Amino acid sequence: METHQQPEPGFLRRYVFSSDHKTIAKQYLGIALFMSLVGGWTAYAIRWQLAWPATVVPGYGVVGQQFYNALVTMHGTIMVFFVAMPLLLGAFGNFCIPLMVGAEDMAFPRLNMLSVWTFFVATLVLLASFFVPGGAAASGWTGYAPLSDNPAYTHVVWGQTLWILALALEFASFLMGGVNFLTTALNLRAPGMTLWRLPLMVWFELNGTVLFLLSVGPLIAGAVMLLVDRLLGAGFYLPAKGGDPLLWEHLFWFFGHPEVYVIAMPGFGIMLEILPVFARKPIFAYRTIVWSAIVADGLSLIVWAHHMFISGMDPRLATPFSITTILISVPFVIIVFAMIATLWGGSLEFPSAMLFALGGLASFLLGGVTGIFLGSQSSDIYLHGTYFVVAHFHYTMFPVTFFAGFAGLYYWYPKMFGRMMNERLGKLHFWLTFSGFYLTFIPLFLAGLGGTPRRIYMPSEYVLYKPLQPLQVLATAGALLMLLGQLPFVINFLASLVRGRAAERNPWRANTLEWTVASPPPHGNFAGEPTVFRGAYDYSLPGRTTDWAPQDTPEPATLAAAG
Amino acid sequence: MPNTIESALGSSSRAGALSRRSGSVVFGVVIFIASEVMFFGGLISGFFVLRAGSAFWPPPGQPRLPVLVTAFNTVMLLASALTMYRALQQAQRDRWQASGRWMIATMLLGAGFLASQGREWVRLVGFGLTARSSVYGALFYTIVGAHGLHVAGALVALLFVFGRLRRGAYSAANHEGLTACWIYWAFVVWLWPIIYVTVYLS
Ligand SMILES: [Cu+2]
Repeated sequence: METHQQPEPGFLRRYVFSSDHKTIAKQYLGIALFMSLVGGWTAYAIRWQLAWPATVVPGYGVVGQQFYNALVTMHGTIMVFFVAMPLLLGAFGNFCIPLMVGAEDMAFPRLNMLSVWTFFVATLVLLASFFVPGGAAASGWTGYAPLSDNPAYTHVVWGQTLWILALALEFASFLMGGVNFLTTALNLRAPGMTLWRLPLMVWFELNGTVLFLLSVGPLIAGAVMLLVDRLLGAGFYLPAKGGDPLLWEHLFWFFGHPEVYVIAMPGFGIMLEILPVFARKPIFAYRTIVWSAIVADGLSLIVWAHHMFISGMDPRLATPFSITTILISVPFVIIVFAMIATLWGGSLEFPSAMLFALGGLASFLLGGVTGIFLGSQSSDIYLHGTYFVVAHFHYTMFPVTFFAGFAGLYYWYPKMFGRMMNERLGKLHFWLTFSGFYLTFIPLFLAGLGGTPRRIYMPSEYVLYKPLQPLQVLATAGALLMLLGQLPFVINFLASLVRGRAAERNPWRANTLEWTVASPPPHGNFAGEPTVFRGAYDYSLPGRTTDWAPQDTPEPATLAAAG
Repeated sequence: MPNTIESALGSSSRAGALSRRSGSVVFGVVIFIASEVMFFGGLISGFFVLRAGSAFWPPPGQPRLPVLVTAFNTVMLLASALTMYRALQQAQRDRWQASGRWMIATMLLGAGFLASQGREWVRLVGFGLTARSSVYGALFYTIVGAHGLHVAGALVALLFVFGRLRRGAYSAANHEGLTACWIYWAFVVWLWPIIYVTVYLS
């Protein structure tokens, strides 16, 4: 048990086996950034194969059919579970929640440390699966049975088992994290920090966490059954033994659809936190945004079967799932509307953080709109097996993971590391990423509309899809541009650690509590307990000398009446 | 700060913040139970999906489950919820000797449940019911086994809390670890009748 009065712990306790939420956040960040390089490398090899099939991928060699399946599987697994989750929940959740609610640390710091180390082991297990005989899992990131169930289909024995083990460890890690997030945000709030004064970042981290805790159970159940099948020879998912492969799809997507929102919610939280700061305006319709997120959470638990319209599911079930799926766009439209209304008439500033937040908002919109065609079963039957789906989910997942994630990094980097990042490199990073992203996935929407099937090694083998091959080349050009665009970021991130300008307490003139303490905050965060007097979005209030009002500034009586 | 299960979890503390922080362990356990409910919900819906998909249930040639012996086990486990509740009541009255005795009774009943279940498993395997023999068998061992592991885990937690109780770590005003343990035990106990009815009787 540590308190902030005690002396700083030694090197190992401070940087390696630390229970300080800020250090744990940085550990999650480090793993996420490293794994995004691995995930980026898989994307590079996949895109190269699709543009110039069966040619030598510079730096690797020819990608064979077996390895292609493993690449696609591991790309999805890594990006969703080992980049998006540790970045948006592990890093930002851990860093922001205690600081933003005015707590000294998480509710259970040692459980938190156990969480990050469990995740570290999960990462090692997943990476090891590349090197075992038979190679990594090759049944897709969704692990569809019977591909994942019977090694006869994929020729992968150890890789698939390690894949299940890595995911199990990852889920255990985020369960521990989730218990911490919720308990901290609800039980350790500083005096005056009422629920309706919580920064939206905290609300959205909570929404994502609750959804994770409610949806992951059935997938763990499904994974246990999968393991029993693989290790004990049962047949839960094998029709020949009386099992049902659709059961896996139900259990997987009961988690898989909410998982998108587990990631999207913190991503939106970051964007919602940043927009008012750089619009110098109060957030529009704060409570409506929170309620919309809660409604979206609830709805997301009853839409999963829209992933299964062409799986041989009972077609009578499709209509109710179509309806709930289309309904779920309503709360998101409300949130997006509130974001645009926040920008409307503001005195906009465009540092890198704001550019990434706006880029994320704009791109997610396109991802959301294209989702409507997939939610309706009549159009989904045509589109589901095509690149349209690939483009659609990259247009939803990439903005919330990378645009919002980078926005958060540029925004909180000064607080995390006590130094400012270089803005010129940041803007270069944004424009390269943004243009590369659009150049990659707009062609894939078109390829999908043309019918190009996804999940296969060489679509151009088919005469029917050969004319669409230039779209694949364009997409690969975009992907290469995007990958190249990360170079300025890597340089900026590393160089700013040592050479960046020292950050002041509140470089962005923001209101939330983390900006009221030193950059980086000391062990224990606050000297004494902060008291909160107002919501997080009092920007450009009339009658004040500054255009912002941190949450711990007492409210003048005159403004209280006006507000 | 009084020692509770919190220090085992590394609970955060700040002088003067005790009132705000207290309740964290119970709160954390309740959140954890919520995801556990979903886990067993997944297993049980898997049971009904697979059952609905097979023509005969139980499949021909597979042994029947020991309904009566398990009914006795069920009563034993339910009784352990009662003894654990007594342990909590005694703790609230600052009677730590009695509280400890009720905890021992709880642990004995829990261990008895596990032992009796284990004996039935051995017999069933002898009769030819295995995970490999049918989906029926696989479901039985997976669901009942998952519950058994939870009972075993809860027993470890009980043992841990019992040790702290014996060392005088709790007081009538502050025994949150014991309360959290009672909540988790109650969850594990009340889960069982649902599983019993689903797997053995339905
Ligand atoms: Cu979905």
